[in-house]
Amino acid sequence: MAIDTRAPARSDHADGGTYRIDVSKVDTAVLRRITAMAFRFPGRMAAGITATVAAALMQLLVPQYLGQAVDQAQGLLAGAVSGRTDRDAAEAALWTTAGLLLLVAVGRGLATMAQNYLGEAVGHLIGFDLRMAYYRQLQRLSLSWHDRVHTGDLMTRGILDIEGVRLWTDTGILRMFYLSILIGGGAFVLLGIDPVLGLVALAFVPIVGVRASFARLKLRDTWLALQDRMSALTKIMEENLGGIRVVRAFAAQDHEMAKFDQVSAAALETASRRVRLFVLSTTQMTFVYFLAMAATLWIGGTKVLSGTITLGQLTEVLAFMLILQMPVRQIGWMINSIARASTCGGRLFNVLDLTPSIADAPDAQPLVLDEGVVRFEDVGFRYPTWAGDSRTLSGISFEIRPGRKIGIVGPPGAGKSTLAQLLNRYYDVGAGRITIDGQDIRQVTLASLRAAVAIVQQEAFLFTASIDHNVAYGAPYAMRPDIERSTQTAQLHSYVSGLPASYQTLVGERGVSLSGGQRQRLAIARAILPAARVLVFDDSTAAIDAATERRIRDALAHFTADRAVIVIAHRLSSLIDADEILFLEDGRVVERGDHNSLMALGGRYRKLHDLQAGGGQVADVTS
Amino acid sequence: MSATPTRSTPPKPPLAVVGSQIEQDEELFGRAFDRWVVVRFLSYIAPYRRRIAIGVAAVLVFTLSQLAIPLLVRAVFDDALGGLALADGAVLRAIMVAFVAVVLVNYVANHLMETIVGETAQNLLFDLRRAMYGHLQVVSLTFMDKTEVGRLMSRLQGDVYALQEFLESSIFAVGDLVLLFGIVTVLLWLDPVLGALTLSVVPLLALVRIVWLPRARRAFMDAREASSATNGALAENVHGIRAIQELTREPLNADLFEEKARRNLNTHLRASAFTNVMIPIVDTLTGAAMAIIIVIGGAMVLNRESDIGVMVAFLFYTQRFFDPIRSLTIQYSTMQRAMAAGQRIFEVIDVEVDVADATDAVDPATIDGAISFDHVTFGYEPGNPVLKDISFAVAPGETVALVGPTGSGKTSTTALAHRFYDVWSGAVRIGGYDVRELTQASLGRHIAMVLQEPFLFSASIRDNIRFAKTAASDAEVEAAARAVGADAFIRRLADGYDTMLEQGGANLSLGQRQLLSFARALVADAKILVLDEATASVDSYTELEIQRALKRLLTGRTALIIAHRLATIRDADRIIVLQDGAIVETGSHHALMEKGGLYARLYRMNYASFDDIPADELAAALDGGQRT
Ligand SMILES: Nc1ncnc2c1ncn2[C@@H]1O[C@H](COP(=O)(O)OP(=O)(O)O)[C@@H](O)[C@H]1O
Ligand SMILES: Nc1ncnc2c1ncn2[C@@H]1O[C@H](COP(=O)(O)OP(=O)(O)O)[C@@H](O)[C@H]1O
Ligand SMILES: [Mg+2]
Repeated sequence: MAIDTRAPARSDHADGGTYRIDVSKVDTAVLRRITAMAFRFPGRMAAGITATVAAALMQLLVPQYLGQAVDQAQGLLAGAVSGRTDRDAAEAALWTTAGLLLLVAVGRGLATMAQNYLGEAVGHLIGFDLRMAYYRQLQRLSLSWHDRVHTGDLMTRGILDIEGVRLWTDTGILRMFYLSILIGGGAFVLLGIDPVLGLVALAFVPIVGVRASFARLKLRDTWLALQDRMSALTKIMEENLGGIRVVRAFAAQDHEMAKFDQVSAAALETASRRVRLFVLSTTQMTFVYFLAMAATLWIGGTKVLSGTITLGQLTEVLAFMLILQMPVRQIGWMINSIARASTCGGRLFNVLDLTPSIADAPDAQPLVLDEGVVRFEDVGFRYPTWAGDSRTLSGISFEIRPGRKIGIVGPPGAGKSTLAQLLNRYYDVGAGRITIDGQDIRQVTLASLRAAVAIVQQEAFLFTASIDHNVAYGAPYAMRPDIERSTQTAQLHSYVSGLPASYQTLVGERGVSLSGGQRQRLAIARAILPAARVLVFDDSTAAIDAATERRIRDALAHFTADRAVIVIAHRLSSLIDADEILFLEDGRVVERGDHNSLMALGGRYRKLHDLQAGGGQVADVTS
Repeated sequence: MSATPTRSTPPKPPLAVVGSQIEQDEELFGRAFDRWVVVRFLSYIAPYRRRIAIGVAAVLVFTLSQLAIPLLVRAVFDDALGGLALADGAVLRAIMVAFVAVVLVNYVANHLMETIVGETAQNLLFDLRRAMYGHLQVVSLTFMDKTEVGRLMSRLQGDVYALQEFLESSIFAVGDLVLLFGIVTVLLWLDPVLGALTLSVVPLLALVRIVWLPRARRAFMDAREASSATNGALAENVHGIRAIQELTREPLNADLFEEKARRNLNTHLRASAFTNVMIPIVDTLTGAAMAIIIVIGGAMVLNRESDIGVMVAFLFYTQRFFDPIRSLTIQYSTMQRAMAAGQRIFEVIDVEVDVADATDAVDPATIDGAISFDHVTFGYEPGNPVLKDISFAVAPGETVALVGPTGSGKTSTTALAHRFYDVWSGAVRIGGYDVRELTQASLGRHIAMVLQEPFLFSASIRDNIRFAKTAASDAEVEAAARAVGADAFIRRLADGYDTMLEQGGANLSLGQRQLLSFARALVADAKILVLDEATASVDSYTELEIQRALKRLLTGRTALIIAHRLATIRDADRIIVLQDGAIVETGSHHALMEKGGLYARLYRMNYASFDDIPADELAAALDGGQRT
């Protein structure tokens, strides 16, 4: 992506997803970067700036013509009084001025249109680039980062922050040109008419400038605080709505409202502070401007009285000042825009500049699959956020050859899922290594690795889309027969074909509600469709009954015959035929062996087995 | 970079899409001024009446001072310097004093007005958001079930934001609008003929808008739709990231997203063109108005029908006159968006509350824990009952297991006990009270639930466990965690009970989340405990330990347990077998086994689970049941 990464690269490994700034410093780096992005569209920017300059210049012409008209009218009047009227000539002059004025107005309108349109267009183009870059970046960032950063926060950045940056071209860069020319040109003309009067008329400019830079720093601080608080509010609302059943179950609405009110009040306070800061600076600027106008009128009036300047010249000076009234307001907006763009940009770049800790090594080669042998060699791992000294996993070693099956059991939190997720590099091992056909998985490309390993996740994420789309998610080119073959294998086909809309039935958050078992079977169908060489089932049959599971296993037999398979399960009947079973506890293998040897060992596995074995044998449960 | 294709594109995969495939909400695109929305809006303004009154006064004063300034300029020209009258410094001084006074008033009024309008606007927005959020806390779950969180969030944030954008820019628009009327009045007062001539360009503007409006509206609407589709796809990328990375959909999704983002870009460019095309039109009209003033006004000055000050004032006013028109034009799309946003906001606030406390609902301090279903019929969609004429009673202190295949209505039964929904007919009683006679808060206190999905909040483990009872002591929290076997792993965390959970408990394993959700229900210390597949992702050994602990905890409490492992079910005092929304049999494990019905058949088939039994086997079991 062509988003330049001038900021030093930071790994997403340690990033907590928050953006902090040093408020005391004027941070121009972000603004410079956004501005540089705008100039990646040099043609449009050049045209936009040209239009801006033209609009500003024509804006400057208007008061001149107005002054001219007043002078002419006055001339006519004077002529009429003194009886030396050349009425026709005077009227012709009026007509000319009127015509010119009309022309300038039309020109100004066209130029302003071009200015605004091009400014917005470049903004939208930047927005497009940023949106794509952000989308791609989110796809690349490692899951441990995603674990830590709230989805509400990511959405705020992807919508509101991009908006804030996008507006910068229009309300920032081009407006800056416009204001500079207007004020600069105005100063030039005003000083030309009468240096003293000009200086008086322009007296407000430096004051407004100083006021503006003060306001900018404070506003930026406020914007940042506001974005943070809005993010917090988003988080609260999103979780409340997502967990609405829990809230209802415990009648916790009051508690939840109180939580909301607290954060909401803080956000409102900040929002109001921003309004006050903003209003204070803009109204003060307008005030100073009007004071300058008063001074101009007074001194100018005196000068007209003494005959140093004409009434027309005074009109012109005033007309200029009038034209500057809008820009004075706009300076206020611009400061707001600067503050907003730099904050939003900062928050966005904060994400865009991260280097994914899980990424292709510089010399990564695609995985070369020969047999498809998976080896864990003394693997250790700890989650980055895990502050305790105990490891999530340690000293895990095993090998699976194609056609073989490894079973994993253990209590919750033993590290079973973690083990599965290491295999397709959701996380990188902390010690030891994992190889496939002798190649360290960190040395091969991620895409080739993940294509080779299919994991059926414990909790299947369903996309809000049709069933066939969901099944074919990992193999989008799959045709209907392939899709049906895998749903048949997963024992889902008969259910789906019984639905009124069959494979077109929408599932997901608002679609038909699938039972836990149906979801898991869909996840299995989805995972086997791309025909990966290594298959991992992470407790993915917990909600499927044993008989159905057996059917799935039978249907899969031809498929798994030449594949390495890892099965994580609580139900031991799922594991009985495994070539090796690892009993995991606190991240360590405490027992290993095949079913028979583990039974013979008489340890934890045996105990678990006895608990689950057949119907009434464990009647002591009740006692 | 944005234009170059990222890879040589094979034909597009037929099934691949990004973003929700549910039909978009029918896009509202309101009028720029929707009376209904405005009226509703006014009711939210009511609490700020006093402030608004001051604000309105400030606006009036501000406008008057704004109008006075050109008049004073005119006075300077006419009376102090003007024409041929002998100029007098004293008059100038007097006018200048007035001028400075007006400027001061202008500043104060301006500041007052903008602060009040700005702050009130912020307050209003927060009030509206709160009203929506508060309402969502009470609307029935039927509504929440079929509404995606993302869509609600877009109303809570996106639409409120659209209103904010409008209110912020409208501070100026309102002032401008008042000014517009003021200027028209002053113009006509200064010189009716010249005034009328100047205003004659306005109808032209109206004509232009008639042509412009329908097209522009279409363009704005397209832009909005494209933008919500793009954001929806982004949301999918954020929420489904695990599945996306797992199935290596990144490149393809990026391509698909690019199509959406590009459409978003193009529609916005078009909308922007429509907005800006009005600028030269308005400017041309301004120019025309000024030309009229110069030619006609000049002639009138010449004929002494008018004086030069009037002409100067006219020129000044005319410029200001078109400013508001121009900004109102540019803000047209913002206004439209705001009205649509307002409508969507009020739609949420207006969602009917089906399940509400009766006016005379009671909140007894204690109940006895009895549950009874009396000929209950219930369903989610009209005409399709999920529970059909169900009757059963659970005595206080009894443990009852609900079993039956997926979809038989177990979860629905527990939901009715808590009055998540209202029954169609019949009655549900808790502790002898019809649930409709109790307040929902009291149901929440007397019934603790472990839901099928172990939802946790981004908060500390401690706060999650005591979610049901914020006042719970640390000892209570720890006792509950110990009972479900979670204490050990929590203590191993560096921050122990104060460990912050990531969103949805992402830093815990699924089994651990289930344990916490279980502990949360225990802390609630309620008379009735409902467990819906509370230990599905926990190994049998841990489950056994939990059951042992439960034995103790359940004394004196009523429990309604849904589980699919027979080992868990067998334990209950009584088992109710549901099938297709009806009770097929009920009794203790031994009684049911002796009876040899559905339960016994399924049990003998050695299903470890009642969930998800294949339809044909189920039919076989039922057949068998009928034959015996
Ligand atoms: N994303 C994560 N961040 C931090 N810790 C995690 C994360 N996922 C799991 N853990 C912790 O790692 C341990 C192992 O979890 P996991 O492998 O999911 O267990 P299980 O054996 O139940 O599948 C648990 O103690 C859990 O709390
Ligand atoms: N919120 C809901 N909206 C619409 N239909 C639902 C909802 N919840 C459950 N159902 C439907 O009601 C029936 C019973 O579901 P449920 O009570 O969850 O059964 P069980 O818990 O026995 O699996 C199913 O057909 C299910 O699809
Ligand atoms: Mg259920």
